[in-house]
Amino acid sequence: MEAGMVNSAPALVRFSGIQKTYDGEHLVVKNLDLDIRKGEFITLLGPSGSGKTTTLMMLAGFEVPTRGEIYLAERPIKNVPPHKRDIGMVFQNYALFPHLTIAENIAFPLSVRNTSKAETQERVSAALRMIKMETLAQRRPGQLSGGQQQRVALARALVFNPQLVLMDEPLGALDKRLREQMQLEIKQLHETMGITVVYVTHDQSEALTMSDRIAVFNDGIVQQIDRPDALYEHPVNSFVAHFIGENNVLDGTVETVDKDYCRVALAGGGIVTARAVNVSGAGASTSLSVRPERIAIIPDGTSSDAPNRLPARVQNTIYLGDHALAVLDVAGNAEFMVKLQPGAHHGFTPGEGVFITFRPEDCLALDPA
Amino acid sequence: MSENPSLRTPSQRIAWTATIVISTLVFIFLIAPILAIMPLSFSSGSYLTYPLPGLSLRWYDDFINSPRWINSLKNSMIIGVASTLLSMVLGTLAALGLAQWKSRLKPLALAFVLSPVVVPGVITAVGLYFFFAPIGLTGSYLGLILAHTALATPFVVITVGATLQSFDTNLARAAASLGASPLQAFRRVILPLILPGLASGALFAFATSFDEVVIVLFMAGPEQRTLPREMFSGIRENISPTITAAAVVLTTVSVILLATLEGLRRRNERLKGGV
Repeated sequence: MEAGMVNSAPALVRFSGIQKTYDGEHLVVKNLDLDIRKGEFITLLGPSGSGKTTTLMMLAGFEVPTRGEIYLAERPIKNVPPHKRDIGMVFQNYALFPHLTIAENIAFPLSVRNTSKAETQERVSAALRMIKMETLAQRRPGQLSGGQQQRVALARALVFNPQLVLMDEPLGALDKRLREQMQLEIKQLHETMGITVVYVTHDQSEALTMSDRIAVFNDGIVQQIDRPDALYEHPVNSFVAHFIGENNVLDGTVETVDKDYCRVALAGGGIVTARAVNVSGAGASTSLSVRPERIAIIPDGTSSDAPNRLPARVQNTIYLGDHALAVLDVAGNAEFMVKLQPGAHHGFTPGEGVFITFRPEDCLALDPA
Repeated sequence: MSENPSLRTPSQRIAWTATIVISTLVFIFLIAPILAIMPLSFSSGSYLTYPLPGLSLRWYDDFINSPRWINSLKNSMIIGVASTLLSMVLGTLAALGLAQWKSRLKPLALAFVLSPVVVPGVITAVGLYFFFAPIGLTGSYLGLILAHTALATPFVVITVGATLQSFDTNLARAAASLGASPLQAFRRVILPLILPGLASGALFAFATSFDEVVIVLFMAGPEQRTLPREMFSGIRENISPTITAAAVVLTTVSVILLATLEGLRRRNERLKGGV
């Protein structure tokens, strides 16, 4: 989807100055301003206790914000009960009604709205077709596999055409292969139906795969909201750099800052040039972030003119099928990862001394972690 | 009983045998008094003695044809059913409220709700008598129904409360997110799922009222004599074997209730789990 097109769409959901505390002292959500556009797939990503689920529950209406207001289609909804919000929700444990058949589960949102029998039947069969489970309509949830149950939960949350669909770690209980398959199915549903999805997960690869935008939560604060590629390439702080994708950290002190770049003396010895992303100035301590795939290993550092050369010692290599990782000891970081091309992992022996190099633009100077 | 193949060593076998023997003894201890009375109701003699002089149904005949016994059975049914229905409503509401309540006062409130079970029956009876007498509720069906409701409600609170503990609150949330009002969510999702707990609560409630004699002694007028009350006076005044027939009727009602409950439970398990 084109970025400019998304930007012009009006905000379907607006969190404005939202705070939430359960005990009156500790803020679970500290100060949330967030716009969600119509048709967008937005993921709230963060570790447990970061406030992402509380945010989702406030949007669904199961928690009340301590301060601030939430708008849905420009209407304040703080005092609107969940059943009048017109928001579909998919839960991690599926939350299918065990005493009802699959067809009855999917028909539930229609029957509480007194939809006519004919229309209910039509829409339920359409929903069953959508999830390719026509033949299982008369089964009960207990007779289905986890993946099937989650498909039914999805159909049930979509069948009444809600303005917004919330998903609370919907794939958390599934095994890896099924999870990846369901990710694609959900993504496809989002694209074909044009629905707006707010998705909560702690799995960063899931977030990267599915989302138009990701809001990274930590400690009750949104650290960064951006497209997946922007989060990966341009993290604004150490937390985001570390939480999204694989990341190597080197601690050091800023020596000089020159426009966009700075020179950093590493705590473990050596000097590198890095992009100054989140440093206060000369003398400040910083955490450098370098992605494993942006680093090259060179056998001899002394005669080369490659930038940011650092001596390293090979710990071991890890074979991962489509690629391999070399684990190095670099400037005191004994778990420094470098991604290798397949086949290249045979070239190293543990204990061997090598040099690494990376471009200054691939090394981000961030706040000390 | 087939031999358990995992019992290989002698000490395991001894432990297994001991388990069987002790369980059987406990079972006999619990059930023997009830079983002992049953054959007597089929005796052809006029005294409660073994060996039976012969078999007959004369005491059942006596029971059925005596207006006194039949009336008391009718009273027991009326009061039992009414107080069961009332305690189901009150107990379910209380259990739902308690399940959602997160206050530190919750244990206190729970103790308060359950107190009728703990307080000795005589004290409850005397208290109720002095409370009900001035407002004209003694010697009335309504008074007895209310008194038995107070006694029976805790059982509904306990059983429904236990069911609610394993109730997935996400189901109620799912219902709400799908557009069900709180009332619709209760009727269509919560109620069907807590029904087994409610049913066993109702059974206990009915059994409590059906067995109760102390409060009835204090509060019932001659018109409201229940089956246990009639048996009580039967024992004091003239020990007729009709009492044993009444006892068998009482026990049979309880067994039928228990069997119904078990049937309901199994049906529910089938609906919930697998094939």
